[in-house]
Amino acid sequence: MTKEYKTIVEVSGPLIFLDKTEPVGYGELVQINLPDGTTKRGQVLDTSADMVVVQVFEGTVGLNEESGVVFSGETIKLPVSKDMLGRILSGAGEPLDGGPRIVPDERVDVNGAAMNPYSRMPPEDFIQTGISTIDGTNSLVRGQKLPIFSGAGLPHNEIALQIARQAKVPGSDEDFAVVFAAMGITNEEAQYFMEDFEKTGALERAVVFLNLADDPAVERIITPRMALTAAEYLAYEHDMHVLVILTDITNYCEALRQMGAAREEVPGRRGYPGYMYTDLASLYERAGVIKGLKGSVTQFSILTMPGDDITHPIPDLSGYITEGQIVVSRELHRKGIYPPINVLPSLSRLMNSGIGDGKTRDDHKAVSDQMYAAYAEGRDLRGLVAIVGKEALSERDRKILEFADLFEDRFVRQSRDEDRTIDDTLRVAWEILSELPEAQLTRIDNKYIEKYHPAHQKTSE
Amino acid sequence: MEVNGEIYRVAGPVVTVTGIKPRMYDVVKVGHEGLMGEVIKIQGAKATVQVYEDTSGIKPGEPVVNTGMPLSVELGPGLLESIYDGIQRPLQVLQEKMGNFIERGVTANGLDRERTWEFKPTVSNGDAVEGGSVIGVVQETANIEHKIMLPPTVSGTVKEIKSGSFRVDETVCVLADGTELPMMQKWPVRGPRPVAKKLMPTKPLITGQRILDGMFPVAKGGTAAIPGPFGSGKTVTQQQLAKWSDTDIVVYIGCGERGNEMAEVLNEFPELEDPKTGRPLMERTVLIANTSNMPVAAREASVYTGITIAEYYRDMGYDVSLMADSSSRWAEAMREISSRLEEMPGEEGYPAYLSARLSEFYERAGSVNSLAGLDGSITVIGAVSPPGGDFSEPVTQNTLRIVKVFWALDAKLSQRRHFPSINWLTSYSLYTQGLADWFSENVAPDWTDLRDNAMDLLQQESELQEIVQLVGSDALPEDQQLTLEIARMVREYFLQQNAFHPVDTYCPFEKQYKLLKSITKYGEMATAALESGVPMNKIITIESKDELAKVKYEEDFDAALDVVMAKMDEEFAQLGGN
Ligand SMILES: Nc1ncnc2c1ncn2[C@@H]1O[C@H](COP(=O)(O)OP(=O)(O)OP(=O)(O)O)[C@@H](O)[C@H]1O
Ligand SMILES: [Mg+2]
Repeated sequence: MTKEYKTIVEVSGPLIFLDKTEPVGYGELVQINLPDGTTKRGQVLDTSADMVVVQVFEGTVGLNEESGVVFSGETIKLPVSKDMLGRILSGAGEPLDGGPRIVPDERVDVNGAAMNPYSRMPPEDFIQTGISTIDGTNSLVRGQKLPIFSGAGLPHNEIALQIARQAKVPGSDEDFAVVFAAMGITNEEAQYFMEDFEKTGALERAVVFLNLADDPAVERIITPRMALTAAEYLAYEHDMHVLVILTDITNYCEALRQMGAAREEVPGRRGYPGYMYTDLASLYERAGVIKGLKGSVTQFSILTMPGDDITHPIPDLSGYITEGQIVVSRELHRKGIYPPINVLPSLSRLMNSGIGDGKTRDDHKAVSDQMYAAYAEGRDLRGLVAIVGKEALSERDRKILEFADLFEDRFVRQSRDEDRTIDDTLRVAWEILSELPEAQLTRIDNKYIEKYHPAHQKTSE
Repeated sequence: MEVNGEIYRVAGPVVTVTGIKPRMYDVVKVGHEGLMGEVIKIQGAKATVQVYEDTSGIKPGEPVVNTGMPLSVELGPGLLESIYDGIQRPLQVLQEKMGNFIERGVTANGLDRERTWEFKPTVSNGDAVEGGSVIGVVQETANIEHKIMLPPTVSGTVKEIKSGSFRVDETVCVLADGTELPMMQKWPVRGPRPVAKKLMPTKPLITGQRILDGMFPVAKGGTAAIPGPFGSGKTVTQQQLAKWSDTDIVVYIGCGERGNEMAEVLNEFPELEDPKTGRPLMERTVLIANTSNMPVAAREASVYTGITIAEYYRDMGYDVSLMADSSSRWAEAMREISSRLEEMPGEEGYPAYLSARLSEFYERAGSVNSLAGLDGSITVIGAVSPPGGDFSEPVTQNTLRIVKVFWALDAKLSQRRHFPSINWLTSYSLYTQGLADWFSENVAPDWTDLRDNAMDLLQQESELQEIVQLVGSDALPEDQQLTLEIARMVREYFLQQNAFHPVDTYCPFEKQYKLLKSITKYGEMATAALESGVPMNKIITIESKDELAKVKYEEDFDAALDVVMAKMDEEFAQLGGN
């Protein structure tokens, strides 16, 4: 299968159209030889007896009808091996660090196959990130996909790095790795990550894929697939617990939109392809734990919401697929609070299976619910106070208003290297909750109040 | 009759083929690997096929075989406790055949051909039997007696009927015309199974969820939709219904949603007890899991696979509930396929037939008298996932035109962890009137009054809140402040229900009644006290009121409630007044 076709009849955006080929497989990897001797790679999007459509990853600059096209006879594969750890690869999987090519153990289709739901083990191992707004109120578990929904200029990278540094499963020291995939982020941002990885020694345990802002957008469509393929390999062949950080999902979706437009597809909401949900699911769903296997893939991706709008199709469709989201808030950031995580729109759906007696602590859920309820009410009251003044509030409401401030100041705020244990987090939680009248703690069972409420602790001592 | 042809074009899940003498919805085997697909469009010599598996690497020129059969499910003993993909391949078998990831080209029977079942005939030689007649029974699980029925299209006289242990494809009955009948039958999924008569739904589906049973009940055989933005509680609500509803059979379709959610059900249901029978919940459940990353054409089919299985148990005289999570993903699968077919798009790119498909699906719900003369029902509860949480989009709107119950999830409520976050002002049930008699006979004569009162309070609350937003609550007259307080009790003590609390997750109707009655009683005593001059802050700070908030969590609810209510009487007596 090394026959070269010179039958390009049309080049349009990132697409080329050829006729008179032998039968070509859907999704096949394609090499394009340009007249100037350079090569590009692409993938078959549509194949028939009369016409083949190829999407070119590196863009079609310099391509013309004289270019030759060679079909590889197979879909896109990533050479994988344990030696990938510590390596920096391009968004298409080629070494960027001057090191040798990866000597593959296996070559794996980057699209991956769907994990059989019957093989899945419901994730339930609590990961302590050291950040109270995550551990206390939106707990992450191994095998979960929990993205950060952020906005331009907010400290999402710092949060992601802090998590990558601090994340651990209390009481275990199993093999872990980080797979980091940059999609369309700036060189500076990428450097920020790389330096931190180097400083903390994390690079040795990391595989890095870089598709930067000035790399071809189409390549972005395979970058996360490469990264997830590497992650699955390390997790399921080498029993590692892999944390995958994909950033920025928004750039990935822009690339998808660009491709759709080039193919002249009927666009869905706000110009994004109608299949974007399914496409994103094919990335996010590649997180999980398999029964009987030791490793796991946890995804903690970054998504910057265009215009800070959570109803924009990118965060919206993501939120419908992921197992919750951590929302970074501009308002808290402006107030100077780090990490500026707004817990109200944040959610971890797998929290319930990761916390409680024997995992974190028996009162964890109740404490979290109580803080949510009180903080939500407190924030509403802030709006009211702005209109009617504090005096118009009842005694009960005033307490709740104060609680909201305490919550932001003591529970949310922590320093950039403060690694709180879950006990620290719950202690802070009880401290601020005890500022509310006990009768108002309606979400908490009496037995927990007796066990953990500071007021009761004193009397029992 | 099989017809051979070849592939002309491959573009994702849509493959164009030639030479197969297609009929619409014929099942075809595509390519060297024999990937399963279904004819969805015929144009001249070419037929368009939606393929249920990944088509990477498939080439023009590869062979195609038309089986000449429509997409069908296998119906017979062994459906319960199974987990299938969208085209009824058992996921457990797929795992045995190809490991933890679903590769393609593997076929697997919906029903196990090795397993034997004890068949007890209920007809004798010479009996006349018709389509749908019961000819025997099999004890499928401890509580479900599986009725072996004649396929709806077959009738005749029994020439031979067997008894004993058989596999599902072995003949158990022969008719006079020579027709040999195994226990198993097939039914094409895209059309409804016939019934003798459709009946009016008259009984509620008791779900153990206070806001559903109490405020917006759905009838057995009814239809309900739960629309809501992401993370607002669609799946948790559907799972609560699957767990606690007083139904005989549950068909749960995970349509384009998360793999972990299905794993959770698989993990949990064998451990949980059916409140009605005490048996493991899994024994009454059939799961269909075509998650978001599984092929989109099979997702489109999953909903039909599920409802056909539901109809089959309904025909045996069972009450079935079917949950589809999420119907929006099904609609999107239609949209995806339609756009690949380059059909004229309708609203927001959905095909023009969206509304017709949705109503055909919900029409398959209902309370019926089956061909066997048995009364059964299918209650359909569909989750809807509107983009951006905006209910004005086509799937939500088209669904609301059909279903009778609307449980509107509200992100504002879920964000403050008010669960279930069903908005009590915008939700409705069109069954409330029709079920009123049932409630007064089976719950309490004053149930409907209590409910209406509570709803009225909540309505007043929302009006008063508008004033509070302008002037603060302290500026309201005391009686109105009291109204706000009682409404808050209804919300927090009654409507809020924690699905993850071991006790509160399921609330029997009697408990719902007592709880609402107690809140109402507090309201009456408080109003009386206020009228006789007791100051408001004394009334709302009595201890028993706060204790009432927590009785729902008590194992021994009745005892705890008695203590609290006795204390309440005492406290009000001490407040005096009059
Ligand atoms: N009745 C309830 N009791 C307690 N918690 C609940 C309840 N309903 C929902 N929740 C909480 O809300 C979270 C989100 O609920 P759920 O997964 O059902 O949302 P969803 O509407 O199905 O979202 P999506 O559309 O993304 O699938 C749950 O993980 C749980 O934490
Ligand atoms: Mg859901």
